[in-house]
Amino acid sequence: MTAGWEMVVGLEVHTELRTATKLFCSCANEFGAAPNTHVCPVCLGLPGSLPVLNERAVEMAMSIGFALHCTVAPSTFHRKNYFYPDMPKNFQISQYDLPINSSGYLDLPDGSRVGIERAHLEEDTGKSTHLGTSGRLHGAQRSLVDYNRAGVPLVEIVSAPDIRSAAQARLYVAELRRVLIATGASDGRMEEGSLRVDANVSVRRPGEPFGTRCEIKNLNSLRSLQRAIDYEADRQIELIEDGGAVRQETRHWDETTGVTSTMRVKEEAEDYRYFREPDLVDLAPDEAWRDRVAAALPPMPGVRRTALLQHLEDPTDAQRESVEVVLDLDLDRYVHGAAEAGLDAATALARTANEVAAAEEGAERLTVEAFVGTLRLEASGQLSATQAKTVLADLLAEGGAPEDVVARRGFTQLASDALGGVVDEVIAANGDEWARYRDGDDKLAQFFIGQVMARTRGQANGKAVVEILRSRRG
Amino acid sequence: MNAIDLAARVRRGEVTASTALAESLSAIDARNDELNVFLHVDRDGAEARARAVDDAVAAGRDPGPLAGVPVALKDNLCTRGVPTTASSRILEGWRPPYTATVVERLVAAGAVPVGKTNLDEFAMGSSTETSAFGPTRNPLDPERVPGGSSGGSAASVAAGMASLALGSDTGGSIRQPAALCGIVGVKPTYGLVSRYGLIAFASSLDQIGPFARSVADAALCLEVIAGHDPRDTTSLPEPAPSLVSHLDDGVAGRRVGLVSELVEGADADVVAQVERAAAALEAAGARVVRLSIPELRLGLSAYYLIAPAEASSNLARYDGVRYGRRVAADELGAMNEATRTLGFGDEVKRRIMLGTYALSAGYYDAYYGQALKVRTRMIEAFRQAYEQVDLLLGATAPSVAFRFGEKTANPLAMYLSDVFTIPTNLAGEAAVSVPFGTGAAGLPIGVQLLGPGRSEARLLAAARVLEVAS
Amino acid sequence: MSGLSRDEVAHVAHLARLHLSEDELTTFTEQLGQVLAHAADLQSLDLTGVPPTAHPFDLRNVVRPDVVGESLDPAEVLAEAPDAEDGRFAVPRILGEDL
Ligand SMILES: [Zn+2]
Repeated sequence: MTAGWEMVVGLEVHTELRTATKLFCSCANEFGAAPNTHVCPVCLGLPGSLPVLNERAVEMAMSIGFALHCTVAPSTFHRKNYFYPDMPKNFQISQYDLPINSSGYLDLPDGSRVGIERAHLEEDTGKSTHLGTSGRLHGAQRSLVDYNRAGVPLVEIVSAPDIRSAAQARLYVAELRRVLIATGASDGRMEEGSLRVDANVSVRRPGEPFGTRCEIKNLNSLRSLQRAIDYEADRQIELIEDGGAVRQETRHWDETTGVTSTMRVKEEAEDYRYFREPDLVDLAPDEAWRDRVAAALPPMPGVRRTALLQHLEDPTDAQRESVEVVLDLDLDRYVHGAAEAGLDAATALARTANEVAAAEEGAERLTVEAFVGTLRLEASGQLSATQAKTVLADLLAEGGAPEDVVARRGFTQLASDALGGVVDEVIAANGDEWARYRDGDDKLAQFFIGQVMARTRGQANGKAVVEILRSRRG
Repeated sequence: MNAIDLAARVRRGEVTASTALAESLSAIDARNDELNVFLHVDRDGAEARARAVDDAVAAGRDPGPLAGVPVALKDNLCTRGVPTTASSRILEGWRPPYTATVVERLVAAGAVPVGKTNLDEFAMGSSTETSAFGPTRNPLDPERVPGGSSGGSAASVAAGMASLALGSDTGGSIRQPAALCGIVGVKPTYGLVSRYGLIAFASSLDQIGPFARSVADAALCLEVIAGHDPRDTTSLPEPAPSLVSHLDDGVAGRRVGLVSELVEGADADVVAQVERAAAALEAAGARVVRLSIPELRLGLSAYYLIAPAEASSNLARYDGVRYGRRVAADELGAMNEATRTLGFGDEVKRRIMLGTYALSAGYYDAYYGQALKVRTRMIEAFRQAYEQVDLLLGATAPSVAFRFGEKTANPLAMYLSDVFTIPTNLAGEAAVSVPFGTGAAGLPIGVQLLGPGRSEARLLAAARVLEVAS
Repeated sequence: MSGLSRDEVAHVAHLARLHLSEDELTTFTEQLGQVLAHAADLQSLDLTGVPPTAHPFDLRNVVRPDVVGESLDPAEVLAEAPDAEDGRFAVPRILGEDL
């Protein structure tokens, strides 16, 4: 960011809902089907057809509202009128002055808070393929339309213009995505277009009123989002510093060239003629329905993050990253289980974010009890760190109890008596080193551990070796 | 033959559905070229249905309360595989892949749909003159209009081509043609009859209803088509009301309000028949009071903002992309525009533009917003009236059937044909037009009975009193 | 409020994707002006505080269960299309947006 300037960003995120059917008809809501196989009179906008609202879509929208601390209020549907071939009725059924969710917020992992202005229900459009040399709209001779996606339920989440950097925008979308996945309302797949982001970007000198904003489209990944916003803010600053003025327009992000370019200038003529959708009635969920939806909501990532971090004293950046891995893979229970058992949370977090996270679907086989049991064996010195990891790997692959793995692997020996014998042999064979250690050179403990490990093929516990060395030193 | 009698005889095996259909088809063959009532006659489909009814009777199964009754369908009701045009070039040749709920219900009750009747294009008109396929002529005087927009359906019943017909009523499109053709027409309470499969004109006003030659037939038909439909969100949640069993309830003890605004400006012959109807109701034991509901005068203005506004949006889908006609152009916007420009007639264009204007930024509050508030006033005014009386009485149309071309030059003059019928649509309430005497040139006159929402049984019983007295 | 101008009618026609000849523009401007002049009686009413009615009845929360039903046969649907290709509806090139 150029010194003396501040960017102001607001994001509009469209998320497709994971319902079985579309928003207003009973056609399957399924990605990737053969073209025009999930269409009916309603979603094709045939004359005489009428919309009927999907109950589950309403519940998912409410879930999103609750998760974003919104006011979930009585709402209405409106028609947004404009001509576009992807839109079978040439109007979109959306919500206008009375959205189902309004005035919420989302707390980001960096401690900042972004306001949510609204999160409303609306229907998706169909999809056009542009035939021609470039495969893009420009220059295409003909377009082909598939209406399978037309009428798929969407929730549009509009943030307040609270975001002040591209990195924060990225953090917001990443956190919002986690929240949406956690509610079960969305699969969060940006690459399939089930989560789509538009960014409103403007710049100003700190303290001044908001500048003219541009809306950037085609942000298909977190990376493009961050790059596009940075590019656009720089473009606007340069423009203003060169004596120009920002024009309100919609801009297209090109991932390959890394630039935004004018898509269409906002005309004053843009007039959607919103009016109440006469074919639908008020949506006013009562207390009981709202309570039922709110009660079914699992804990959100923000709450879970706080719960995980409170096990750690002054967490490092690496540990924070591990926490995010644990959150994304839904592995919180291992860390909490170990911490509640009085074991070291840092070790539990590391084992979970590394060993457990690495095993695909292993968490289905590894019980919290087995995980805690393994860590307890490690803490008590009965297993070395290497052995503990091996035991975890076996448990993740095959399930079962750690004791059984330990027995099968032959990790049970080398109780202190046997280990004492090995240590004594090593001392006898390394007189000089022993003398220096005895005289207080603690660094040599590592040397002896290495020797003992070599003789036991790694099955000794380092801590136990040190204890024996200390007792021999007297 | 009346539908009730015909169905009873078909169910008893005294007459076959196929015979009844043959009579209907021969009436159509005799006069359809002259009157232009049907845009499409579905001979094969009708014959198959009639045979199915006859087979059921032969096998001892009950084909239903409308067994073998030939019905005509306004051509804005979707019928699977059967051309459905809404009398517009833009839908010429379209065969819907689905059937309207009301048609499914008629067929399930044993009725035999014979074909699709002419209407004002997209039901926008009061004379059937805006049809892209030529006007329908009034069977009682072919030099005159049958009324509209459901002119074809009204004419089909009046000409004996069908025993029953379905129409749609957005501002009077069932009641006014019923009056002009001398038959019974019912505009049911909004939501009583499913709109699924009715090509929308103005969604918050449209309602499907029956045409019949007797009040009893209208009641039976309405019983069959009414009742909740999960495919229409605005459908009332209850099953169809019982109407036929209340037909002889009479009007003894009923309070009837003769509304000055519902005869104001009507021709003298029309006013005279409304007065005579009031006397007939009184003679049957009703107490008639005269009252004024000044808010009704605002109906026409509110209607001609609300209906076009909704229509402008409902008709946006006709763009040449998915169905119906396309006028080719090398670019999408030009194709959309050429298709709509050549596909729609002038009246439809007028209303689309009027509605677009009423909804557009800067004018919404002054026009559409204000009209919605007038609607609230209208509902409130009716509610207050129904605290004093059980039913309201007035004229259906200001005059008997008028001549072709009489009102086409001046849209506002045509719109005034609906001045007495529009308030019921704005309030979402129920009304019946029942033929009562004749006027100029011996042409029939219809009087209108209005009631609150869900008052169909009461209205039809009162209509029956007038039917007997006329 | 009946001073509907030619330009406004032309703009409205464009929003509605209708093309009007110069003669039609004249006629429609006059006719629509008449209807709006008639609607002027509404403008004179004081309706402050009166809520708008978009629906005749106060139905609410009408929903359907999220259960998959039958879709149409794509062949039947596309048979009605003015132009189709490869299982999809075909339209001529789209101008006005550089996407
Ligand atoms: Zn569908």
